[in-house]
Amino acid sequence: MTLTNHPKISAQHVTVWYGAKKAIDDVSLDFGSDHVTSLIGPSGCGKSTFLRTLNRMNDTIAAAKVEGDITLDGEDIYAPEMDVVQLRARVGMVFQKPNPFPKSIFENVAYGPRIHGLAGNKSQLSAIVEQSLRRAGLWDEVKDRLTDSGTALSGGQQQRLCIARAIAVDPEVILMDEPCSALDPIATAKIEELIHELKGRYAIVIVTHNMQQAARVSQRTAFFHLGSVVEYGATSDIFTNPRQERTKDYITGRYG
Amino acid sequence: MSDAPTLSGLVPGVATTAPAQPERAPTDWRTQSMQRRIRKRYASERRFRLLGLAAVVLSAGFLAVLLVTMVYNGASGFLQTRIALPVDFAHSGLLLTPAELRGPGADLALSTANIEGLTDSSARAAFGPDGDRWVSDGGWLRVRQALKHDPALLTARTTIWVPAADTLDVAAKRQGDPAAEAIVAKLQARHAISTGFNLPFLTASDSNDPTRAGIWGAFKGSLFTMLVTLLIAFPVGVLSALYLEEYAPRNRWTDLIEVSINNLAAVPSIIFGLLGLAVFLGTFGLPRSASIVGGLTLALMTMPVIVISGRNAIKGVPPSIRDAALGVGASPIQVVFHHVLPLALPGILTGTIIGMARALGETAPLLMIGMRAFIASPPARLTDPATVLPVQIFLWSDQIDRGFVEKTSAAIIVLLAFLLAMNGFAIYLRNKFETRW
Amino acid sequence: MSILTLSLVIAGLGLIGWLTARMRAVGFRRGSTARFSSLPSHFGGYVALWTVLPAALFLCVWASTSPALVTDRVLHDPAAAQLPPPGFDRAAILSEARSLAAGNSFGAFNPLSQKLAPAYAAAQNRNDWIGSAVALLLVFATGGFAYTRVRPDFRARSKIERVVMACLLAASLIAIVTTMGIVASLLFESWRFFSVVPIGDFLFGTHWSPQVIDPADPGKTLGAVPLFWGTFFIGAVIAMLVAIPFGLMSAVYLTQYATPRARRWMKPILEVLAGVPTVVYGYFAALTVAPAVRDVAVSLGITWASSESALAAGLVMGVMIIPFVSSMADDSLAAVPGAMRDGSLAMGATSSETIRRVLLPAALPGVVGGVLLAVSRAIGETMIVVMAASGVATLTLNPFASATTVTKQIVDLLTGEAEFDSPKTLAAFALGLTLFVITLLLNIVALTVVKRYREAYE
Repeated sequence: MTLTNHPKISAQHVTVWYGAKKAIDDVSLDFGSDHVTSLIGPSGCGKSTFLRTLNRMNDTIAAAKVEGDITLDGEDIYAPEMDVVQLRARVGMVFQKPNPFPKSIFENVAYGPRIHGLAGNKSQLSAIVEQSLRRAGLWDEVKDRLTDSGTALSGGQQQRLCIARAIAVDPEVILMDEPCSALDPIATAKIEELIHELKGRYAIVIVTHNMQQAARVSQRTAFFHLGSVVEYGATSDIFTNPRQERTKDYITGRYG
Repeated sequence: MSDAPTLSGLVPGVATTAPAQPERAPTDWRTQSMQRRIRKRYASERRFRLLGLAAVVLSAGFLAVLLVTMVYNGASGFLQTRIALPVDFAHSGLLLTPAELRGPGADLALSTANIEGLTDSSARAAFGPDGDRWVSDGGWLRVRQALKHDPALLTARTTIWVPAADTLDVAAKRQGDPAAEAIVAKLQARHAISTGFNLPFLTASDSNDPTRAGIWGAFKGSLFTMLVTLLIAFPVGVLSALYLEEYAPRNRWTDLIEVSINNLAAVPSIIFGLLGLAVFLGTFGLPRSASIVGGLTLALMTMPVIVISGRNAIKGVPPSIRDAALGVGASPIQVVFHHVLPLALPGILTGTIIGMARALGETAPLLMIGMRAFIASPPARLTDPATVLPVQIFLWSDQIDRGFVEKTSAAIIVLLAFLLAMNGFAIYLRNKFETRW
Repeated sequence: MSILTLSLVIAGLGLIGWLTARMRAVGFRRGSTARFSSLPSHFGGYVALWTVLPAALFLCVWASTSPALVTDRVLHDPAAAQLPPPGFDRAAILSEARSLAAGNSFGAFNPLSQKLAPAYAAAQNRNDWIGSAVALLLVFATGGFAYTRVRPDFRARSKIERVVMACLLAASLIAIVTTMGIVASLLFESWRFFSVVPIGDFLFGTHWSPQVIDPADPGKTLGAVPLFWGTFFIGAVIAMLVAIPFGLMSAVYLTQYATPRARRWMKPILEVLAGVPTVVYGYFAALTVAPAVRDVAVSLGITWASSESALAAGLVMGVMIIPFVSSMADDSLAAVPGAMRDGSLAMGATSSETIRRVLLPAALPGVVGGVLLAVSRAIGETMIVVMAASGVATLTLNPFASATTVTKQIVDLLTGEAEFDSPKTLAAFALGLTLFVITLLLNIVALTVVKRYREAYE
C-alpha cells in the first residue's frame, strides 16, 4: 500500500513469527518523511510488534523471526551487512512508559551522541543537548537543573526527555510506541503538540490505541487487526469514510 | 451439641446439600460447651504463638551465649600481665657503651650483647632462684627495647616492666595453679605486677609461648588470601553473571553452566580443599601452604556466590532501561557495560562482600592445602607459607597450654569483628542503593 | 630479555598501536559528515588488542613449554650422561642445576649439578631469545595487519565486542571447568584407591581404623560404614532435631506473628548465626558444649559418656543450621498464596489453626526441600566435627557415645604425614567422592522439589 512516491521507510510483505505463532501476517506499508503515520487497532493486533521490526528491536527477542523486506532509503535493514547499531541511531524510538536512564538529565540526552561520536568536544556536546531539549520543548523547564536525575522529572517531562534523547542522535525516523498511554491528559496534550512540531523534520510513526489522538496528530493512518493491515490511507478518510466494515466497527467503538 | 454439626456449620452449603436431613437448628455460640471450646482454641493459639517466640528467642539466646562465652574468655587475651623487673645495667657486664647505641651500629651491637642472660640474672636477683621463670620467654626483648630507646640506662639501675610468664599471666587474670597464685599474691604485695593492653597480640605472629603469640602473621595471611580470592572471584563472577543473564542463548551449554554454578554453590567447602590439593598442589605444583593457593581455592568457592547474587542484581535492572539504550543505538555490549552493570553494581557488591565474608571465615579447605603450618613470621609474598585467622584459631584451640584459651577467644573476637563489619557494610550498601526506579 | 621487560615492551607497542590507529581514525572522520559505526577509540582498541593479545597468548604457551624444552636440551649435554636414572635423585640434581643457572642459589650440594649449570644457563638463554624474538615478531605482524584494516567502513567496534563476548563466555565456562576439575580429581584419586582397596570393602566394611593398615589386606580396616553412620547420625538426625523445630517455628513466628518492626530486628540476628564461622562453632562446641553434655550424661548415670560425643557436635551443628532452615521455610511460607490464608481466617479459624492446617501443609514441599538442603549442608560441615567429634569410628545409637564423620576423617587422613600415594591418603579422596555424590544428589532432589513447589503456586 503505497501512498508516497519517495518512502523513507518501506515494509513489503512483512511476516513476524513468535516461535510457532504468527504475530504479523504479510504487512506492506510505506512511510514518507514529511508526515506522521499512526498505527491503530485493538490490543494484541500486532501494531507494536510491527513498529519494533522497523528498527530491529525485535532482535532482542530470541524467538522472534522476521520475513519480508524492510528498507530504509532503499537499503535492506535486515541485510547481514546492515549495522543494527547505526540503524537504531537512524531510526529512533520512544517507548510506552517513559524510561529515562537513572542519570542526570544532561547525561540522558548526551549518551547517544557520545556513543556514536557525534560531538567532537564538550561544547559541541552541550550544544547538541540544548538543541535536542529545545526541540523536545523541555529546555525551559530543565535548563537550571540539568544535573538532576532524569527520573526525578514528572511523567510527561520524562517522556519528553526520552524524545529529546531520541532526537539527540539525529535520527531520520522516530518510532513512538503508545508514547502517551502512561501520561495524564495535560502531559498528553504537550506530547501531541511536540509531535506536531517535529513533523516534517523526521518521519514519525506512532502506535496508539487512542483514536482521537490518531486523528489529532497524524496525516496517515493504518488500521491493524489480527496481525494484518485492514486499511491504510489518509487519516481524514479513515475516520470519516472508512472503506472496510471492520475499520468502521472499530472506530465507532463496536469492539477493541 | 456435638462437634460434627458445629464444624459443618462453619462451612456454608454443607448442610443444605443434604436435603434428606432435618433442618439444622442455628448454632448457639453462647452455650457453655461452645464458649469452653473457643477458650480452648484461644489457649492453643497463645501456646503456639509462645512456642514461635520461644524458638526465636532461644535461637538468639544461643548466639548471645556464644558471644558472651567468647568475650568472657577472650577479653583477657587483649591484656598482658607485666612485672616490674629491676635491672642493674651498670653492673651487668654488658659489653656496650652508650655511644655505641647512639651510632648507626646499634642494632648489631644489641644483637651481640647477652641481654637475655642479663634479664634472667636480674629476675633471679629480684625474685629468688626461680625468678627467671616468672618472666616471659620474650621478656628480654622488652629490656632490649628499653635500652635501645634510652642508651643512657646503660650506666644506671632501673626498673623495667616486662611481660610475665604464661603461668603467672593465667594466675593473675583468673584461676591459676596455687603456686602461681601465691607468686602473684607476693608480687601484688610488692606492687610489682600490673596489667595493660597486649599490643604484641596484634603485632606478633604465632609462637609456642602464649604470652608472645599474636595474630598479625595469620591476619596478613588472611589479607593475602582474600586479595587473591577477590581478584579472581569478582571479575570472573561478574562476567559470568552478565553472560548468563544478558547474552547466553537458551541451550544445553547454558543449562550446563547454570547447573554447574548452582551445584558448586552447594558443594561442601572441604571438597574444594580436595580439589586444591589435587589440582593446584598436585598437578600445577604450586607451593604448599601458600596464600596464593588458598586464595585460588577460596575463589572457586566464592565465585558461585557472586554469580548467583550478581544474576539477581542484574535481573533487578528493569528491561525498559535496556530498551532505552538499544533504542538510541547502543550495542548489546554498550547496553550492559554502560547501563546494566552500573545499576546492578550495588547488588553485586553486596553479594561479593557476603561471599568474601564467608571465605574469610572458611577453615576446612585451607587445612587440606597445608595452611596449618606453624608460621612464626608473617608472609612477605603470595608464595610464602602462610596461615589465616580461622586456621590460627583452630591451631590454638588444639594447644594444651592454658594461656592459649584466651588467645583463641581473643582471635575469635577479632575475626567476628571483621565479619560483622563486612556484613554491616553489605547491609548498608543494600539499604542505601535499594532500587531507585 | 626477562619476561617483565618483554611484557612492558609489548604493552608499550600496544599503546603505540592504540594511539596511531586512533589518530588515523580521527583523520578520516574529520571533514566527513557520514555516520561511522566505530569511534576512533574503537579503532585504537582494535589495533591494540591485535598487537598485544596474540603475543601474550604465545608467551603463555611458551612459558609453560619452555622449561621442558630447556631440560630436554640439557639432557643432550655430555655431562648429563652421568645423571642417575629417572627418579628422585635425578630430579633433585636437575632442579639444583636450574636454580644455580638462574642465580637463585650459589653453592651446589651435588657436584654434577655444578657441571650442568652452564648448560642450563645456555639453553635457558637460547630459549629466552627465541621466545622474545617470536613474541616481538608476532607483535609487529599482527599489529601491522590490524593497522592496515583501519578504514572508515571497517567495524572495529563489533570486532572488539566479539573479544569482550569471548571473555564473558570464558568466564562462565570456569564454573564448568571447576566442576569437571572436582569430579576428575576425585574420580582419579578414588580410582587409584579402589585399585588397592576393593570398593565393596570400603562401602560395606564396618571396621574403620586407618592408623593400622595391613598391606596385605588394606580393605579390612578401611570399611567406611561407621563413618557414614556417624555422619548421618550427627548431621541428619541430631542436628535436624535441633534445627527443624527451631528453624520452622522461628520462620512461622517471624512471618505470621511478629510485627514488621520486630521482624526487622530479629531476622538479621538469626542471620548472624549463619554468618559465624564454623571454626568458632567448633571451638564453642569443644570448649563449652561438649564438657556440659558429658556432665549431664554423667549426672544421668552414664559414666562412660565421651567428651567427644555425637550429641555435642550435633547440637552445635543444629544451631548453626537454624537460620538456614528458617529462611527456607520463610520463603516457602511466603510463596503460599495469601488467598489461602485469608480463606481460612475468614471462616473463623485462629491464626495457629490456619498455620497448622493450611499454611504449613501447603508449604510442606518447600519446607522439605529446604530441610534436604540443610541436611546436605550439615553432612558437608567440617570444622565443628573436626574440633568436637571423636576420631574413633563407632557404630552406635547412643548420642553420648563418641562418633566420627566423613569430613572429620578426610581432615585427619590428609593432615598427617604427607605420603601422597598410600591407601591412607587416597582414602580421603574416596570419602570425598562419596560426600560429593551424596550432597549432589540431595541438592538435586531438594532443588527439584522446591522448584516444582514454586511452579505450583505461580
